[in-house]
Amino acid sequence: MTMQVGLAYHRWRKFKSLIMSVVSFVCALLVIAPLGLVLFYLIKAGANAVNWNFFTQLPKSVGESGGGMANAIVGTLVLLGLASVIGVPIGVLGGVYLCEYGSDKANWWIRFGADILNGVPSIVWGIVAYALVVIPMKGFSAFAGGVALGFMMIPLIMRTTEEVLLLVPNGYREAALALGISRWRVIVRIVMKTAFKGIITGVLLAAARIAGETAPLLFTAFGNRYWTHNLANPISALPLQIFTYAISPYDDWHRQAWAGALVLILMVLVINVGVRFLTRERLSETGR
Amino acid sequence: MIPHLLEKHRETRAMNSPRPRGSASASNMPEHQGEAPSADKSAPAAFLINRLNAWFGQLQALCDVNLQIPSTAVTAIIGPSGCGKSTFLRCLNRMHELVRGARLEGEVRLFGENIYAPQVDATLIRRRVGMVFQKSNPFPTMTIGENVTVGLRLNGIRSRAVLAERMETALQMAALWDEVKDRLNKPGLSLSGGQQQRLCIARALAVQPDVLLMDEPASALDPIATMKIEELIQQLKKTYTIVIVTHNMQQAARCSDFTAFFYLGRLIELDDTEKMFTNPTNKQTEDYVTGRFG
Amino acid sequence: MADIATTEPRSTEPLPMAPPARIGDGLFKWMTLLMAASVAALIVIVGWQLWKGSQLAVHKFGFGFLASSTWNPVREDFGALPFIFGTLVSSLIALIIAVPLSIATAVYLTELAPPRLRQPIVSIIEMLAAVPSVIFGLWGIFVMIPWLRGHLFPWLEKFFGFLPVFRGPIYGVSMLAAGIIIAIMILPIITSVSREILRSVPDLQREAAYGLGATRWEVTRIAVLSYAKRGLCGAVILGLGRALGETMAVTMVIGNRPEIAASLLAPGYTLASVIANEFTEATSDMYLSALFEIGLVLLGVTILTNILAQLLIASMGGPRSSRAVQ
Repeated sequence: MTMQVGLAYHRWRKFKSLIMSVVSFVCALLVIAPLGLVLFYLIKAGANAVNWNFFTQLPKSVGESGGGMANAIVGTLVLLGLASVIGVPIGVLGGVYLCEYGSDKANWWIRFGADILNGVPSIVWGIVAYALVVIPMKGFSAFAGGVALGFMMIPLIMRTTEEVLLLVPNGYREAALALGISRWRVIVRIVMKTAFKGIITGVLLAAARIAGETAPLLFTAFGNRYWTHNLANPISALPLQIFTYAISPYDDWHRQAWAGALVLILMVLVINVGVRFLTRERLSETGR
Repeated sequence: MIPHLLEKHRETRAMNSPRPRGSASASNMPEHQGEAPSADKSAPAAFLINRLNAWFGQLQALCDVNLQIPSTAVTAIIGPSGCGKSTFLRCLNRMHELVRGARLEGEVRLFGENIYAPQVDATLIRRRVGMVFQKSNPFPTMTIGENVTVGLRLNGIRSRAVLAERMETALQMAALWDEVKDRLNKPGLSLSGGQQQRLCIARALAVQPDVLLMDEPASALDPIATMKIEELIQQLKKTYTIVIVTHNMQQAARCSDFTAFFYLGRLIELDDTEKMFTNPTNKQTEDYVTGRFG
Repeated sequence: MADIATTEPRSTEPLPMAPPARIGDGLFKWMTLLMAASVAALIVIVGWQLWKGSQLAVHKFGFGFLASSTWNPVREDFGALPFIFGTLVSSLIALIIAVPLSIATAVYLTELAPPRLRQPIVSIIEMLAAVPSVIFGLWGIFVMIPWLRGHLFPWLEKFFGFLPVFRGPIYGVSMLAAGIIIAIMILPIITSVSREILRSVPDLQREAAYGLGATRWEVTRIAVLSYAKRGLCGAVILGLGRALGETMAVTMVIGNRPEIAASLLAPGYTLASVIANEFTEATSDMYLSALFEIGLVLLGVTILTNILAQLLIASMGGPRSSRAVQ
């Protein structure tokens, strides 16, 4: 009798285990479903609006067809460039410090600070850039947008650079120092060179991340329906334009918003996938 | 004591230039334990080490080490694991201080000058005292040729002619030239383990050091590659002073002219290799070389 | 053949090498230190600018700002309560939806999935994390909201309308819509961090449980999940931190109405959304200052949440960083 009860309970436990396996599998499906849903609609709604006009024309007024987002695409690239000028040197060199110099205690605090900064909402960066750049310059500008995005890049790149530099085996540093090469040259010409691909990967991933940011640009770069010839003027950006069009009441603009979204996500995904592909290659090179 | 080792040792020595040797050997009084045999007093010691103490944080790795290392000869440092051999080696080219928390006291004179004097630049010392490590580590982003000349290039030498000439010389001295002369622009990592180690030796030799330190250079290699390295050492000692750390006593017996035995951070005995392995003065040395411990 | 031991240290002339770069070394070290210290500088800048900008509002409203639900730009009477309410509620909804899904997925990926499936699923989740907020918002407006308005919300009202949270007129744009879209956006980070935490649970724990005859689920529950409890809490709170700061997608689907309503089907407003919508339209200094103060509240809440999350994760001694998704 006890044996049978024991057996029945055991079967129940196994059944429960099976159910939980199925449940967690279903959950995994649910988690990856949204990507499919979003991509599906993006392609469906955006594909036919992405044409030559889209890439070459400026936005046209309501009612006129054939407008495009050329200035927004260029604007995003310009803002990325400005942001990189701030974010890349500070981030990379800061990462070098964390890896090669510094005491354990001080470095822990810096890393902690960087992680805090990574958690600051992007719109807050917009407010900061507004206060630092827009108010003194008395107007919106590409510079302000670049500052907001650049500040966001710094902690991102700092952490990825540090992680990548830590992966460089210490033997290389030792061998180089034993040749009588000065410390800074060892770091720059040997260590950073060895980790180069990884550093670039980190920079590209950070760039892909901030290329899609809208909130910090709302009141810094502000957006522009025309070409920006002077970086001290407002500038358009792809995510900004998508937002403006999406909340507008016009169908044609909605279509263009979808097109813009498709272009934006392709940009972001291509960088992400490309980078991970590069990374995999690098790992196999070092035999790990 | 170890007849077969001694055979090999005598053979190797006979192949190379006989050195002027005297019959007097170092006394076994502790103060003189580090002196090389008196007949070689005409040659200046490459290193003169006085009262060397080294710490890793609170842990003392070397205690009151005193010895001389003769020039243009091979000195082997032997001893059980943890006896301080590698630490000692790293004190000779100021690599010990690179470890966080490491500390050092005492005097190390390289051809007469104290390398730890306050105004001495460690980087300059490291150019004069080269090092080859246990695990060969050619720089992964560089070709074979670039690996050899990296010490020169990153130290400011730009002239292509000089670099090419030094590269060939260094590779010749490392007995690698013939094997790689046709593929100098292939990646450094494309060589076999033994070749990579010789590449590292070439790399170290290219900056023309006075001394070459070798930290268990063949321990990661197969027997044939090991033999090539040992042959190389015999050639190199005609021009360079070589200090080699090895846990392999047979290797020490084969390769070196002098051997120093370390135990628990102290120098126990320094002697002619032949004497060290046949008739060591110190009981601890005898126990170690006969394999009673370690 | 007799070689005499040379007495010269060198046999060739010395090479013309550059003197060691003492200045170069020092300069480089200080330069990199400066760059690393920018982290501290940035934290100070962010805090200081927000503090400075909100002084006007702080002096006028004091702590009452946090308790008042008036948002009247004309009369220059501002209160943050509706936004605090909206941020908390939408984030809470997002957590309720996302946390079970994420942790279950993390469990699936670490314990149950066949090895060949793992990498593709992980890659898809990473790609989901890379999708910009505004694109979710776009999809939210034109795909999700119509579906909610036409299908889910009427269904909820019909069957659960007796609860006050599911009553009231259906616009589509609503607190619930914001919660759902935030949930989609925080799924990747909670899943990734949870996965790292579960992976850091030593196999010894699992083996011990298996050795006692436990089923797969029991092993997971007893040996893995309870061991990883603190870390998983950290992952959840990290997700919360992200949820609190989400701006664009929320702004596009929440309805932007600064009122506290009982129903989840009613429009709402969050701290981040009001800044996004009204910052450029702030006509007076007081208005702008109030928005700065809202930014300050948002910053404070987000930073505290993140610190808590980091501490929880660090206390597990497992993965160092929450950077699992980049």
